[in-house]
Amino acid sequence: MLIRLTGGAVYDPASGIDGAKQDIYIQDGRIVDKPVGDFKVDKEYDLKGKVVMSGAIDMHTHIGGGKGNIARTLLPEDHRADPVARTDITRSGCGHAMPSTFVTGYRYAEMGYTAGFEPAVLPINARQAHMEMADIPILDKGGYVLMGSDDYLLRMLTAKKDQKAINDYVAFTMQSAKAIGVKVVNPGGISAFKFNQRKLDLDEQNSHYGVTPREILRVLATAVKELGITHPLHVHGCNLGVPGNMNTTLDTIQGIGGLPMHLTHIQFHSYGTEGDFKFSSGAAAIAEAVNKNKNITIDVGQILFGQTVTASGDNMRQHANHKHASPNKWVTMDIECDAGCGVVPFKYKDKNFVNALQWAIGLETFLLVDDPWRIFLTTDHPNGAPFTSYPHLIRLLMDRSFRNDVLATIHPEAQKMTTLASIEREYSLQEIAIMTRAGAARLIGLQDRGALSAGNWADITVYTDNADRQKMFEKPDYVFKDGELVVVDGKVVHTKWGTTHVVKPNFDASVEKDLQKYFDRFMTMKLGNFTISDDEITEDGRGSLTVHPLKGSVA
Amino acid sequence: MAEITEVPSPFCGIGTDDLTIQVDGVSLKVVKNGCAVNTPAFEQAITDTRPRVDGKDVSLDEAVAKAAALLKNTNQPVIGGCATDVNGMRALLALADRSGAVVDNMNFTGARNNFLALQDSGWMNTTLAEVKNRCDLLLVVGADLESFSPRFFERYLWNEASMFLADTGKREVIYLGKAPSGTASTSPSGQKALVFECANDDLPDVVAVLRALVKGNPIRVDSVGGIAVADLQGIADKLLAASYSVVTWAAGALAYSQAELTVQTISEMVKDINNRNTRSSGLPLGGKEGDQTANQVCGWTTGYPARTRFSSGFPEYDPYLNDTNTLLANGEADALVWVQAFNSKAVPPATNLPTIVVGRSGMTFDQEPDVFIPVGTPGIDHAGHAYRMDNVVAIRLKKLRDSGLPSTSDVLNAIEQACR
Repeated sequence: MLIRLTGGAVYDPASGIDGAKQDIYIQDGRIVDKPVGDFKVDKEYDLKGKVVMSGAIDMHTHIGGGKGNIARTLLPEDHRADPVARTDITRSGCGHAMPSTFVTGYRYAEMGYTAGFEPAVLPINARQAHMEMADIPILDKGGYVLMGSDDYLLRMLTAKKDQKAINDYVAFTMQSAKAIGVKVVNPGGISAFKFNQRKLDLDEQNSHYGVTPREILRVLATAVKELGITHPLHVHGCNLGVPGNMNTTLDTIQGIGGLPMHLTHIQFHSYGTEGDFKFSSGAAAIAEAVNKNKNITIDVGQILFGQTVTASGDNMRQHANHKHASPNKWVTMDIECDAGCGVVPFKYKDKNFVNALQWAIGLETFLLVDDPWRIFLTTDHPNGAPFTSYPHLIRLLMDRSFRNDVLATIHPEAQKMTTLASIEREYSLQEIAIMTRAGAARLIGLQDRGALSAGNWADITVYTDNADRQKMFEKPDYVFKDGELVVVDGKVVHTKWGTTHVVKPNFDASVEKDLQKYFDRFMTMKLGNFTISDDEITEDGRGSLTVHPLKGSVA
Repeated sequence: MAEITEVPSPFCGIGTDDLTIQVDGVSLKVVKNGCAVNTPAFEQAITDTRPRVDGKDVSLDEAVAKAAALLKNTNQPVIGGCATDVNGMRALLALADRSGAVVDNMNFTGARNNFLALQDSGWMNTTLAEVKNRCDLLLVVGADLESFSPRFFERYLWNEASMFLADTGKREVIYLGKAPSGTASTSPSGQKALVFECANDDLPDVVAVLRALVKGNPIRVDSVGGIAVADLQGIADKLLAASYSVVTWAAGALAYSQAELTVQTISEMVKDINNRNTRSSGLPLGGKEGDQTANQVCGWTTGYPARTRFSSGFPEYDPYLNDTNTLLANGEADALVWVQAFNSKAVPPATNLPTIVVGRSGMTFDQEPDVFIPVGTPGIDHAGHAYRMDNVVAIRLKKLRDSGLPSTSDVLNAIEQACR
């Protein structure tokens, strides 16, 4: 079947197209060139006055894995306020802060998103992450495997194993967990918490291993680079949420020595200690460092006001943050000599000085970083706010007067502590398309996604241009996934299953020998039972794996 | 005859995956690393292979059609048992969503003690590898750990090597409430567990006093539940002196009214210890016959644990009202579907309602259900996934033999299709 999308204004940064009117042809799930000679269009959509982008990609969203399910279980009252009934074509579930898997897929698709990436896949919990993501309809998905507090790596560092050995272990772990990237959370700090350390600075040693976060970041960033993984090491740094942590973040940027590194939810790591409340914005300094260091990419982790729940691998910082739990219930876990997690419900309030300034810091960061290819639109769902708030966030970025109206309502002391009112920048549609599509696909290393040129998969979102950008982005006219129409007027009309994106870096098989000994002695399962097989993703007939090339390899 | 090694077990809850099993046609023999729980569960013979309708052998298609016909005109069927693997639960929830059923895991009344505590105040918990490598003091509250899982001590406490303990034999074990039924908790060098027994009903008081002592609050009595306060002070001192204590309990063993408050007191005590400059973690026991699996899959599919109804068209959780037994007793259900792929002895509750049983081969009934469809056991007859007690690790279950029995998900998916 040949589909033609006719006459829309196309925003396709990957092809350098910035709002030109242009037709798009779809056949067999992919975008194709206009056929030559006589041809018959089977289905045409008249897109005059519409805006066309590729499907949006959320490069950091907690949509799969144990901590998310703990968050769900913890908050029945939040679900009760947002029940989702079944229809003839969709399953029932619940929404708001941590939606059920099916509802996650529907609501993302209904906002024009066609892919989401879980940023904290614990190797030992990777099965669960993939099983949950397998129950998210429509979206493509993938995960970054969490390393850096796993005892095996820390033992390697203490034993001064060489970089090659570490590369092999990282590659093995990525393959075992079916990952497309590597994440580190509070490097070495999750382990340190198990030894009763309650904070860990960049150059502070894990009390048992004598290893510092700086060393862990270096070896992992090097491994990612040397293995040819496109997605740079994905870093949730030290001292999350601690006033003054902007210095840690600046140090982290300097300390990586030019290696590619992605600093995630940087808003939570951009705090100074100035002012009467000893809490201030570090956004300007952080943005300056990001602008200067081209090896650095960031996503923001914007907070938006209201109830949500924070779910993180950072058991150390989440334990410290439990004092802010609202409602007052929270969970931490130490997990399998592998990682940990902490789940703390939060209610961000515009009349609370700290929350109000956090909101402003996130927006300052968005507006002060020059290059939209190196900054990504996230709320660190659900930690800063549920993903359903993205259209509101886009309006804040694109509409200065709206932004200033909201700014005028927040805690007055916070207003005094932010430069936001003086920042004139408004994001363009093309810049939004870069942050949420082309840039994300490039950052993750997704082949044939995030662009509208021939050969790409037909993941396409069509909006009606509207000066109210929130209205525009919360209700696309059409969403196509792999060429199939899945959403009309912001409602799911058809469902399908997306693929799981992975990379398969090579490793020397000898790494499994040492691992086997380690598993037999210290772990609770056999190495053979730990590794996730391809079958586990594909055997139910819905899932599939899409393997992306490594850098330097021939596609 | 084939021999399969590194076989994981869905039966014991602690995720043993070192069994060696001999397969001869469809008969299995555990030849290595069996235990009182796992060996009989694996070795149980297949008896029924044919579905039955009204007691007569029929084809699978006929049984599925009859099941769908029975469900079609119901207003509020109950799907009980819910003892199967991840794919089985996925299919079960799809059927429940379509038929407006109540989903209720058979162990939920026990597990409720944990869920109510979790949903009210939360906890700090750990997993088995942390126990194996870090735990220097294990406090067992109100449970007989070795009858729950016979190999717990061998695998996770008296393991030879540990990353962070010089000598695992020096770990301390304390029982509070129940005494151990055997000697598994005695260390290899002969060090016996400390045991402080009390009646189950006294556990709330005993645990409350222990928490108060951990916090350094004064206690004005000399004994509680027959245990000297001085002994409880001894336990509190050990908890505060340990580097990484672990407190374990079995929610189902706390079989008294409002036992969730005991779980909450234990969990809050663990938090208190973590505020006294050392580490401690909780470790709820469970994970048998798919109970964690049911709650996990129901959790991501609906947002709620596995005592949830779909009769309004969307999931509604109620840990009391959605109890199978309550619904049957009050005449609020109009059909019963019983799903139990692990344990042929776990039969459905007695009822006069139309009953469909999707059960492990070998189930026998006082009253023949309208439809009985024998299914394969996950981890024996087909591959699958099941959660361990620590709720983080999903084990990959293996297919050991070709029995021809359908899986739970095959059957429930077929019924769901037929209900359309």
